[in-house]
Amino acid sequence: MTVILKRDFFKDSIINIATLIEQQRNHLTELDSDIGDGDHGINMSIGFREVSKKIEEFDDVAEDISSLLKKIGMTLLGKVGGASGPLYGSFFMKMGESIKGKNEVTFNEFIDMIEDGVLAIENRGKAILGDKTMVDALRPGVDYLRSSNIDNNELEIFSEFVSVMKQGSDNTIPLVAKKGRALRLGERAVGYRDPGSESSWMIMNVFYEEMMNHTKINSNKVQV
Amino acid sequence: MRRLINDGYDVVEEMLEGYTEAHSDYVSLANNDNRVVVSNVMSEESRVRIILGGGSGHEPLFLGYVGRDFADAAVVGNVNTSPSPEPCYNAVKAVDSGKGCLYLYGNYAGDVMNFDMGAEMAAEDGIRVETVTVKDDIYSSDNFEDRRGVAGDLFVFKAAASAAAKGLDLDEVKRIAEKTNRNTFSMGVALSSATLPVTGNPIFNMEEGEMEIGMGIHGEPGIERIPLKSADDVVDEILIHILEEANLTKGDEVQVLVNGLGGLPLMDQYICYRKVNRVLSDKGIKIYAPLVGNYATSMDMIGMSVTLVKLDQELKDLLGAPCDTPYLKIS
Repeated sequence: MTVILKRDFFKDSIINIATLIEQQRNHLTELDSDIGDGDHGINMSIGFREVSKKIEEFDDVAEDISSLLKKIGMTLLGKVGGASGPLYGSFFMKMGESIKGKNEVTFNEFIDMIEDGVLAIENRGKAILGDKTMVDALRPGVDYLRSSNIDNNELEIFSEFVSVMKQGSDNTIPLVAKKGRALRLGERAVGYRDPGSESSWMIMNVFYEEMMNHTKINSNKVQV
Repeated sequence: MRRLINDGYDVVEEMLEGYTEAHSDYVSLANNDNRVVVSNVMSEESRVRIILGGGSGHEPLFLGYVGRDFADAAVVGNVNTSPSPEPCYNAVKAVDSGKGCLYLYGNYAGDVMNFDMGAEMAAEDGIRVETVTVKDDIYSSDNFEDRRGVAGDLFVFKAAASAAAKGLDLDEVKRIAEKTNRNTFSMGVALSSATLPVTGNPIFNMEEGEMEIGMGIHGEPGIERIPLKSADDVVDEILIHILEEANLTKGDEVQVLVNGLGGLPLMDQYICYRKVNRVLSDKGIKIYAPLVGNYATSMDMIGMSVTLVKLDQELKDLLGAPCDTPYLKIS
């Protein structure tokens, strides 16, 4: 079974991420109110509303998946603001670095894309594991994907990837923050989840659900 | 919900339209960007241009200080959120006059990332942009480099702008901003949270009869939450911290700002100033040109901050230099 991810998979995933962000807006805002300034859910909502408005237009003009994701990244960069704008913006803008010209990718190429996105976040934000940020979910997730043994089990692996990320987000709860608004809280940040780590695993979960939804077994190829 | 707005998603745009219409003699929105407020009364001659910026929800910070011989532009983000790179860059394009620009904003991770990206874009056009991030909230961190920028922003901005108005070059203007920053010390107290326009909810809960010393201008919870004390007791406590940090002695001179966060009555602010005056007087510290009012708010947050700027002759001259903006006029 070879999983092939077509352009529509990416487009539909983005549309569903936008829906997720809208549904989770208040929840993410509450997390950010506990140890931040209350704007993560709201700003992500502002950014993804713009993405929803523009997605069809982007899909019409983008020549490949990389270009589509870059337009989405630039929209987020332009509309979300704060730290999340540059970080999520960079993620989508750089995801397509290694797959230019393609309108479908293999599962392995998708792993490359996710890693490129995470590296962009790490370069822009300069956070490392243990700083109590989205990197605490993303880095373990990417490391798991890189170390996994892919053998006709792509869906299981991606499901486990999401679990690893969710666990990474859980792991932010007891931490003292080294970055962002929570940096100034000292011990007061302990016991609260980092909002960016929550939104990041939830976003990856949407990609997973789309992979499941679009699965059609066709002899020895799975087209999604 | 006790806000008077329309759709919560439109607050920034509508506020900017109302503001630039009300103060059209001073400012307008940039031609190519409705998140950049530009001075209509910039100097004719070429000067270092002063660009302020940050999240909305702190009015009159930052746009209120755009005018003559103060800021040349302000970049406006969503509520409590830094602006994105493109308006930061567009502000440079709108005002640069060949002697470069200085970005001045509060020290927050999001602002740093976005303004830095704006400066990179400007560098590609060959325009030099320097940056000074304001770090004056002494309670936010023991480490100066990690401190938040709060109401003390005003003095760093003013000193830098006065230096630019004198025709000094970008390196000098930056030096003065950094020097002022090193001599500016703030600490605040909150009695309530601000209300977020989109959700209509407060950012955090605070019961009546409670207060939070050390809170940030965005409603970041402070380090301590305790029962409400009297104004004199709160000011006493705040000044103990500030005076220790600022290393002030008898004969020193300071400028003072008692800043309201939006929801605190002027009456209460003046009662606080009275105590500041008495404490400093007792210590033989002279006060120059005190300011009391809502200079850097957090929307409807009930609270205030005290800022002291330790003065030498250079800083005193710069802080007292004339300017004309909707929210600060010195003749």
